[in-house]
Amino acid sequence: MAIEDDVCVIGGGLAGMTAALRAAREGARVRLLSHKKSTLRHASGLIDILGYADGELVAEPFDALASLPESHPYRRVGSDAVRAGLSLFDDVTGDAYRGSHTDANALVATHGGTVKPTARYPTRVAPGLASQSRRTLLVGFDSLTAFDAPLAADHLAAAGVPGTTRGVTVAFPGDFRADSRVTRFARALDDDEPVETASGPTPVRRALARAVEPHLGDVERVGFPAILGEEESQEVRKALESSLGVDVFEVPMGPPSLLGLGLEALFQEALDSAGVRRTTGNPVVDFDADGERVRSVSTDRNGRQVPFHADEFVLATGGLVGKGIDSNRERVVEPIFDCHVPHPDDRYEWFTDEAFGDHPFARFGVNVDDDLRPLDADGKVEYDNLRAVGGVLGGADFAAEKSGSGISLATGHAAGRAAGAAANQR
Amino acid sequence: MATETEVLVIGGGSTGCGIVRDLALRGVDATLVERGNLTHGTTGRMHGLLHSGGRYAVSDQESAAECIAENRILREVAGHTIEMTGGLFVQLADDADDYFEEKLAGCRACGIPAEVLTGEEARAMEPYLTRDVERAIRVPDGAIDPFRLCVANAADAEEHGARIETHAEVTDVLVEDSRVTGVEVRHESGPGKRSHYEPGTTERIEANHVVNATGAWAGQLGAMAGVEVEVRPSKGVMTVMNTRQVDTVVNRCRPKGDADIIVPHETACILGTTDVEVEDPDDYPEEQWEVDAMIDTLSELVPILKEARTLRSFWGVRPLYEPPDTGTTDPTDITRQFFLLDHAERDGLEGMTSIVGGKLTTYRLMAEQITNHVCEKLGVEATCHTADEPLPGSDDFSVLRDYMEEFGLRSPVGRRSTERLGSMADEVLKTDGPNPVICTCEAVTRAELDHAISDAGTDLNATRIRTRASMGNCQGGFCAHRMAALLHPAYDEATTRTALDELYEERWKGQRHALWGEQLSQAMLNHALHATTMNRDGDPAATEDEIEYARFDAGPTPEAAADGGRRDGGAREETDDEEGRRGD
Repeated sequence: MAIEDDVCVIGGGLAGMTAALRAAREGARVRLLSHKKSTLRHASGLIDILGYADGELVAEPFDALASLPESHPYRRVGSDAVRAGLSLFDDVTGDAYRGSHTDANALVATHGGTVKPTARYPTRVAPGLASQSRRTLLVGFDSLTAFDAPLAADHLAAAGVPGTTRGVTVAFPGDFRADSRVTRFARALDDDEPVETASGPTPVRRALARAVEPHLGDVERVGFPAILGEEESQEVRKALESSLGVDVFEVPMGPPSLLGLGLEALFQEALDSAGVRRTTGNPVVDFDADGERVRSVSTDRNGRQVPFHADEFVLATGGLVGKGIDSNRERVVEPIFDCHVPHPDDRYEWFTDEAFGDHPFARFGVNVDDDLRPLDADGKVEYDNLRAVGGVLGGADFAAEKSGSGISLATGHAAGRAAGAAANQR
Repeated sequence: MATETEVLVIGGGSTGCGIVRDLALRGVDATLVERGNLTHGTTGRMHGLLHSGGRYAVSDQESAAECIAENRILREVAGHTIEMTGGLFVQLADDADDYFEEKLAGCRACGIPAEVLTGEEARAMEPYLTRDVERAIRVPDGAIDPFRLCVANAADAEEHGARIETHAEVTDVLVEDSRVTGVEVRHESGPGKRSHYEPGTTERIEANHVVNATGAWAGQLGAMAGVEVEVRPSKGVMTVMNTRQVDTVVNRCRPKGDADIIVPHETACILGTTDVEVEDPDDYPEEQWEVDAMIDTLSELVPILKEARTLRSFWGVRPLYEPPDTGTTDPTDITRQFFLLDHAERDGLEGMTSIVGGKLTTYRLMAEQITNHVCEKLGVEATCHTADEPLPGSDDFSVLRDYMEEFGLRSPVGRRSTERLGSMADEVLKTDGPNPVICTCEAVTRAELDHAISDAGTDLNATRIRTRASMGNCQGGFCAHRMAALLHPAYDEATTRTALDELYEERWKGQRHALWGEQLSQAMLNHALHATTMNRDGDPAATEDEIEYARFDAGPTPEAAADGGRRDGGAREETDDEEGRRGD
């Protein structure tokens, strides 16, 4: 029996989940297909709208949207869609995120010791905003090599953050092996596991507070790398705040990012309660089209193709990282529908010579019309019922702009609404 | 200011390091200056082949015989820098039988152990070889780590009293009355360990004898002294693959040509190479066709190379030399032998000797002959011990000990650390604190990096070549910042940041030649992690502009900030302003 849905979303990252959720809220029957773990595990968990425009730091992202080139995804969907996408985000994440009280960007300390502009930040991160002038202690762990607290503190001072910042490295209490994953520490804190200390077995939260206590001095807040619990992060943080008597916050980290994974979990809950069917684990490898419309896409399940039929399709497979955009020595491709991806013929023109240069490859992706439908090389719509969202879109260097999650939310929202509405009309 | 030394060696490649060690072992007071890192020039930019001599067994039998002799010696004295992979000269269907026979006879004439394998036997050894293999000659080729080799030579030289000065560029050769009396060097600015001198200062080093061991740069150095050294730099590309598609050195068995060798190296394979004469060893084009030729031509030999992931490409320049008036037009025809140029005899300029030509496999022999020559000039009678005195790390390293338990390291981390460190493993890996892995791709732990940093200072590229950290699949994306953090607090934040930027840029440089498929995806991920998550591209600490922090969101409850936010641990009051939310 054929699998039939109104809307089929390909890709389980932030853009795909947003599109699926928004389409479901239109009343459509929605299926979301995802292959591997999403790239949210690589993401910081911060929601950036626009942090830099023309290389300049942006305090008010909505004021800066109009300065972007017309081909930019934000210009395609308009600032209302950006606001609507954010609003959907706020609704999904509720108390887990902050930032909705203002249009201004916040500045968050990064694990490398810089600050970066962002529009929404996890509640776990909120007490640490760099724009607050407070005496701060950063705490790192000697076995967690991605965050060097004393170095980050000196770096923040060099960045001119208001207030003072000190850093200290302590041993994470207990006998964890030197190469423990961050999830191991997080789970220990979730469960408040007893650990062996000099004064006998102690619950790990209290043991951690004791390890930090001698370094407190007169600080007003203490920042840890973002490993303070996976399921019970609020409890963990509260327990530490209570023991230490100061605010406790977390510094966003690289992969595997508990904040990114936490965000994914919130969206998945929302998808489940909106009745979105999620099918995971197999890649979409093929499609069937009837003239100008896509009829179905097929996943590959152990060599067998399984077709998924729908009225409307949303392509949310990500960019170069997620392989929604792929390449070989000759050309750059969108591997499922072979949508046109503009790029220079010579692969030596895909990059610039400086590591942080204005790389053409960072902008690789499909071109779309104002309804987010991919365009072929002649500017003609590829398929009437196919829309593209998030990282698979070209025309934005989300890394340099700090705009990745904002683009995912805005385009996911716009495409989900349009696809849901179109499916309803059929 | 001036300092004095008996012998000044210019050039910190394998030859220079070999010479300064030989001099030091013979009790001669010696100083080595190098304008970059050790291995900065040709040595750090080769494919790391330890020749059996098979490659020259037809065209250049004198070189071939030297190679097999040195190959045997280096296995004894530098075992921990060598992996004896063995090598194959592979004949495909359209490669000439005559040449195959000539190669075999040549190997035997030069004393190179050579065994003929059928196509089937060759494929049993290397399953990814093409089905078109006719037959192969097996020879004792190997892989050698030129970085560790150089560093071990330099370290041993220092142990024996030599002075090694990196990031010290020779700006002038001092000549008085047709005699070289020393050099002037400039100590470079930028990160690096320069405990002797401040960046930006110059120093006169007076010497009884100067050795020009600058390889492809020997002509430029000679010119400073007013003599002509007819070195002919020739560039060659090497492309790094992300895994070992072959475990043996695989050579194409035909007369000559680009892209005819694959060298397995630790976790990677290195494809080589081209041979194109260039004007300037510091400035030559790195061309796309060269990279494509490696993949296209060598995939005739090993077809999966066509689909495999390349990590980066790099170019090196050979210091080819031919005596004046030989008039060879094709650089591939120039001999790979080395030449000792006695400038007193040749040019009437006393006090300086140049060494040109040659190759890594014979570096020790070259060093021995130069040192003999210099010692004769100085009246030093000591004999050479480098053929039987093991390099640091190599002594007593006959059996790989199981260090995993001893140092609490998991396999394969422990195995790889001890392979890299040889008999130095004890000293390096013993640490009181936890010893986490910093570079996951290459399994390099903090203790090994700390040890390298104690030697290399803030120059993370020097630490990289000592340890292989940041040289794997991610090309530093996941570990460059972790490596940099190890410099702090011994070095301040700004120095640490500069060191990170330098390493990251260096890693980027080679990846540019591998930006498609998996590696382009990796490059975008690195870009995202460093630019987005860490905001290193917009780092306010690195820019002139001051941030107006007050213009930015200070959180939903700014008044909490004003009172310092001291709390009693009670329940948090939720004051989140919901007005910002708009209806959907």
